[in-house]
Amino acid sequence: MVSDAASAPSLEQDKQGFSTADLLGRIAPLLFLLVLVAVLSYLEPGFRTERNLFNVLRQVSIIGIVAVGMTFVILTAGIDLSVGSMLAFCGMAAAIIARGSRSLLEGNDPGGIQVLWASLAAMGLGLLLGLFQGTLVGYLKIPAFVVTLGGLGAWRGATLLLSDGQPISGISNDFRWWGQGFIGRVPVPVIVFFVFVLVAFVVLRYSQYGRWIYALGGNQEAARLSGLNTTVLTASVYGISGFCSGVAGFLLTARLNSAEQVAGQGYELQTIAAVVIGGTSLFGGEGGVVGTLIGAMLIGVLNNGLVILNVSPYWQPIVVGVVVVLSVFIDQFAKRRRRRI
Amino acid sequence: MVDACFWENVVGTAQPLLQMIGVGKRFPGVHALDDVSLEVRAGECLALMGENGAGKSTLMKIISGVYAADSGAILIEGQKVHPSNPHHAQMLGVSIIYQEFNLFPNLSVEENIFIGREPNRGGLVKRRALRADALTYLAQLGVNLDPRAIVRNLSVAQQQMVEIAKALSLNARIVIMDEPTSALTENEAKALFRIIQGLTDRGLGVIFISHRLEEVFAICDRITVLRDGRNAGHLVPSEATSEEVVHMMVGRPLEALYAESATGNVGPVILSARGLSRRGTANDASKVVLESIDLDLRAGEILGISGLVGSGRTELARAIFGADPIDEGQVLLDGQPVRINTPQDAINRGIALVPEDRKTQALVLLLNVRENISLPSLSRLCRLGLVRRNEERTLAERFIKALRIRTPNQAQKVMNLSGGNQQKVVLAKWLAREPRVLIVDEPTRGIDIGAKAEVHALLRELAESGVAIMMISSELPEIIGMSDRIVVMREGRIAGELQRSEATQERIMELSTGVSHEKSAA
Repeated sequence: MVSDAASAPSLEQDKQGFSTADLLGRIAPLLFLLVLVAVLSYLEPGFRTERNLFNVLRQVSIIGIVAVGMTFVILTAGIDLSVGSMLAFCGMAAAIIARGSRSLLEGNDPGGIQVLWASLAAMGLGLLLGLFQGTLVGYLKIPAFVVTLGGLGAWRGATLLLSDGQPISGISNDFRWWGQGFIGRVPVPVIVFFVFVLVAFVVLRYSQYGRWIYALGGNQEAARLSGLNTTVLTASVYGISGFCSGVAGFLLTARLNSAEQVAGQGYELQTIAAVVIGGTSLFGGEGGVVGTLIGAMLIGVLNNGLVILNVSPYWQPIVVGVVVVLSVFIDQFAKRRRRRI
Repeated sequence: MVDACFWENVVGTAQPLLQMIGVGKRFPGVHALDDVSLEVRAGECLALMGENGAGKSTLMKIISGVYAADSGAILIEGQKVHPSNPHHAQMLGVSIIYQEFNLFPNLSVEENIFIGREPNRGGLVKRRALRADALTYLAQLGVNLDPRAIVRNLSVAQQQMVEIAKALSLNARIVIMDEPTSALTENEAKALFRIIQGLTDRGLGVIFISHRLEEVFAICDRITVLRDGRNAGHLVPSEATSEEVVHMMVGRPLEALYAESATGNVGPVILSARGLSRRGTANDASKVVLESIDLDLRAGEILGISGLVGSGRTELARAIFGADPIDEGQVLLDGQPVRINTPQDAINRGIALVPEDRKTQALVLLLNVRENISLPSLSRLCRLGLVRRNEERTLAERFIKALRIRTPNQAQKVMNLSGGNQQKVVLAKWLAREPRVLIVDEPTRGIDIGAKAEVHALLRELAESGVAIMMISSELPEIIGMSDRIVVMREGRIAGELQRSEATQERIMELSTGVSHEKSAA
């Protein structure tokens, strides 16, 4: 009763539209990105060349695809620490299948079709690993942090087993095209990334499934009592995260022309950072994939800027860490302001 | 100190241990306490009684420093005090034992008793002193408990002992117990009464909050009754009857708010429960939650479910709706047994539940009015997995109008609405499913009078259109004013059923509290 009455005055405030603090909190990451781009362009003209910008985007895209999946998980108030390891495992599996494959264009070589199999394997395996973890979280109610922490270790180990500790390289041009090629002047992974963002945007914004995700993340008990199948829904977001990791693993193998055991190491920090910087709440129910796009680009531009400005690469994780904490602080600050009024 | 109190009592010039004089407390929109007074003398047990919502909890929270009183005075041994927080109240000698214990289940008995005050040397706990002190206080209570036992593994009664020992160790002079027997077996309750006796013998004052009249009559020296946030009277058990107490608790005229219900068009039985049983709560695996509940609900009627908090009303609703599992029994729809394992099953069969707590159980506060209303109906509003926005808007608009939900627009987040409007959103989301059976749990809790009347009118209208409604409420006037038939629950069982014509607040209270009574006051 007390809180009912306490929340009433905010109605008047909301009638006037968003408060300035609220608005500032929402667009802070975008503002920061724009300022950063402007500053870097000024300091180092090499930054704003088309080649460098596409290069940044290409670097962003693989982490960005993983972050799209992570957005679904975090929207349900979950977490997926295993993305980097799943990525490595799927990338490795793809490389093993496609090893020694040649281009389809080289004529009647059946080996070329292996690229298709490799991509399907990477996506399918990612989906399976993710759904397996999702089942443990959704049905057995094991905390997501624990399940995916286990996955973080286990899938990395599985990658080592699969490859016998050796990187696998020597894949066909067809395969490499996915990581290194262009469509027009745009790198292929960038296009894949944008397609993922677009699809995720439509799903989250306009689909029934997307609405369910927000309801589940906003209030699990209310979602259950409204007839949503919360166990299946919970499991599904980890499937999505695994699928995205699989695709990213495939693309990374293609870009490096090699599947490495250490591929995707530390991606859990980078992707969670991208999602959180983008304004998605770790408590679930709030945020979206457009924020993740901005968050991922912000991290990419920061990294690139540090390289361009000749700052030691060791600074990079420190900067990302600071930005994550800072962005969440700004967001919380804005929300506290909004609720206090 | 014991001797001094004893002597003062004998002489009869004792300063009351605790006096509350003219205490008032307002919350926005509610006058929770108005000019309430009470006093507790050293060595006595005072019963504080009143219906749910009469203001007992608020009053106790003021004594224990959780809330500050707006007006009035609190005196401890004649000294004016202003307990500013629970810690301060403890320093003043007031300890409160809530129904939900403030214990650390993962720590031992001794650690709980002295939490934050461990005997130590340079930050290192002196374990031997800790144990010895714990044993002293446990011995004072006459309880045989291993101080090393982990609290999680104790029974509810034993945990309560730990709380009391903690109060003693804080040198409490006034111990408040909020419904301490509600989770105890009969023998455990008797043991508790001996302990309370021991406390009063030592010169402490005890405030005992309970609904159970027989207990109050057995152990308390005086009774203070609250009603609607005011003093309804003070009684001495030896000079009063339980009927007088009940009358004092409920004795207000039925509000003229409730129109005469039109019971003419009650239809066939739609929903039945047969032998619904469930045992075990998080605290106590053997506690009876529901026991052999048989119930029939007819089309077009409002069936009121009354009973004290914790009597199994909410649990019954949740069991029928598939929100909680049941151990035994079945639910029948139109005479056919149906399996309802999840809320989804219930919803698909036309059953809807407006749960007890709209904020934690019914609404997604971060979503807007439209999205909350459409949530259970989304499948009907979708094509190819995408929500058809126009249809969704139309649906939301229809219910915002029909229920007069006051919101600037559909896109308003529900967390910004008032309690009454939030409750209407919850009702709207279920009405959009056109349910045949609507279960409402405390449909008007915490909402203002105007919204309350609107919700009542809406429920009546729905019943007239043939919906079967089961209404749980702690408010007796609401139950009596709205229901065609009333089922009263007590300790997980059905204590009795009353027709509208025979229902009075006294009768319901008698059934809920289990006061045996030869002649009905009605």
